[in-house]
Amino acid sequence: MARDLEQYLRPEIKSTPFCPGCGHGILMNLLLRALDDLKVDMKNMLFVSGIGCAAWIPSPNFNADTLHTLHGRALAFATGVKIFNPGLNVMVVSGDGDLTSIGGNHLIHAARRNLDITVICANNMIYGMTGGQAASTSPLGALTATTVKGNIYRPFDLCELVKGAGAAYVARYSVTQPVALMEAFKTAFRVDAFSFVEVLSPCPTQFGRRNSCDTPLDMIGMLQGKCISREEAALLSKEDLKNRIITGEFWNEKG
Amino acid sequence: MAYKEIDSILPPGNYYFSGNAAAAEGAIAAGCRYYAGYPITPSSEIMERISVRFPEVEGAFIQMEDEIASICSVIGASWAGAKAMTATSGPGFSLMQEAIGYAALTETPLVIMDVQRAGPGTGQATRVGSGDLMQAKWGSHGDYQPIALSPWSVQEMYDHSILAFNLAEQYRTPVFLMGDEAIGHLMERVDVKPRLKVWNRFKLPAAPPFGTDQDDGVPPMPAFGEGQRLLVTGSTHNEWGIRKTDDGKVHARLVDRINNKVFNNREKIIQTEGHYLDDAEVVVVAYGFTARSAIFAVDQIREEGHRAGLLRLKTIWPFADHLIEKIGAGVKCMLVPEMNRGQIKGEVMKYAECDVMPYNQTDGEIIHPDTIIRDLRRLF
Repeated sequence: MARDLEQYLRPEIKSTPFCPGCGHGILMNLLLRALDDLKVDMKNMLFVSGIGCAAWIPSPNFNADTLHTLHGRALAFATGVKIFNPGLNVMVVSGDGDLTSIGGNHLIHAARRNLDITVICANNMIYGMTGGQAASTSPLGALTATTVKGNIYRPFDLCELVKGAGAAYVARYSVTQPVALMEAFKTAFRVDAFSFVEVLSPCPTQFGRRNSCDTPLDMIGMLQGKCISREEAALLSKEDLKNRIITGEFWNEKG
Repeated sequence: MAYKEIDSILPPGNYYFSGNAAAAEGAIAAGCRYYAGYPITPSSEIMERISVRFPEVEGAFIQMEDEIASICSVIGASWAGAKAMTATSGPGFSLMQEAIGYAALTETPLVIMDVQRAGPGTGQATRVGSGDLMQAKWGSHGDYQPIALSPWSVQEMYDHSILAFNLAEQYRTPVFLMGDEAIGHLMERVDVKPRLKVWNRFKLPAAPPFGTDQDDGVPPMPAFGEGQRLLVTGSTHNEWGIRKTDDGKVHARLVDRINNKVFNNREKIIQTEGHYLDDAEVVVVAYGFTARSAIFAVDQIREEGHRAGLLRLKTIWPFADHLIEKIGAGVKCMLVPEMNRGQIKGEVMKYAECDVMPYNQTDGEIIHPDTIIRDLRRLF
């Protein structure tokens, strides 16, 4: 299903900054396909990102206005733009550490205000760019540069958090579920209120190599094995769901 | 690129305003149409007035979740084309420092009003101080040249608010209006003129938004949504905004230019006011509310037959280095009274040949004229 997405990419940028096996390239591809399906006018798009690997998905790659901001503050910057110019389509693409740890306060308040901003949160469960330290999304027991004996704190359930804060649309998929993920991007973009898509994106360089996933393919396999749909999960016990990642649409105000 | 004359939004005439209200009205007059803030004493009246007045002028107001969000949303709004501001006090100003550096590096025009209170820490929230001046100069990491103004009256809270926006837009940089609790809560007459001069953002489609031929130039600034495919980043970037985080030459050129564009134009930016400087033997260097006590003291001392003078710094940063040097060469002594531990005295000492005497008061009270009179008498 090859298609020409070059018009969405900035012509002067010729390479991707991501490591081999990184999921962000798949995320980028699926997001652009979704925007292509929706016939989005890139001249009216603003992509806002924070700091970290995922923040480099839109900046400088996307052929639109891009705002690469401070660590954690993408949603605060986006709020200023959206309030002053509501006619712009504002999409925030950033990482889990950026949006939900250092930027956690802005995330819940942006969801509470319910402005028409679409948030794509690339969750690789670790701080990738800084060398693989534990994140607020790292699974219990995960080995990281700062939890060499295993992470002792529970990870955030980002979808429950954002749903609780008042978002209009909340979904979670892995890049290993490309069709469903692309549809979630489209739904999120069409929702004219605060929408949030959590994307599980493998980081073989920092997460995989420390956690028994020696190759990018192992990392993909691990995600495939962990992800379970809401419908399937409903049939399993709490014990069976330990260490599983439930994916699907968790909230759609319109639906 | 020049000043444009426009009609005042407020009907011309005399108003009885608090300093904080006057600052809000000055911002509206200058064309500010985006405000984001978070409540903090003693600055909150600025936000409260804006929240009432903005619907009347089609401005966008939002109360954010904290001061970091406030300043960041102001930067976003500025890139969306707004003249934008926030107001705060010491603790909030501290929280904003990282974003101030971002605004300096991305050359984002914006205004921050810091209604200073007695610090450090939470200090005395309802009491006066002027301890944030070095923070205004050096608060964010790395090298940049802030512009900071120090109003001494409610009239200047109005006038300097307009000036702050004009300088921010002209030099594409953050500008600080360094008021304090005393001036923010003082009520005085403000004369609103029928016409005022404003500097509107310079746009030049297809020109690079982050570079000029000159090493101290100010590039044109497009806005989001204009089809320019803008790349704005707080990382080191070339003239088109492309990240260049491993190119030393690009970094040096960018940092030099954002400093030079303010520093090399400092004689045009700096405003001061002299009183009896022609024959003064002892000169008081004062700013903000303290200059009100200083002029009273200088008048009193002259009545006693001594040749005292006053240099009032209306602009704190960039610092009036040449003027201090010139005056310092011809006087016996300079007295620098401050509501801090000597932040500006150190700057005066850098450039003045003469003796420099500090008077520092950090008790949350204004410096009384009698205190300056007492110190001046000792110097004759």
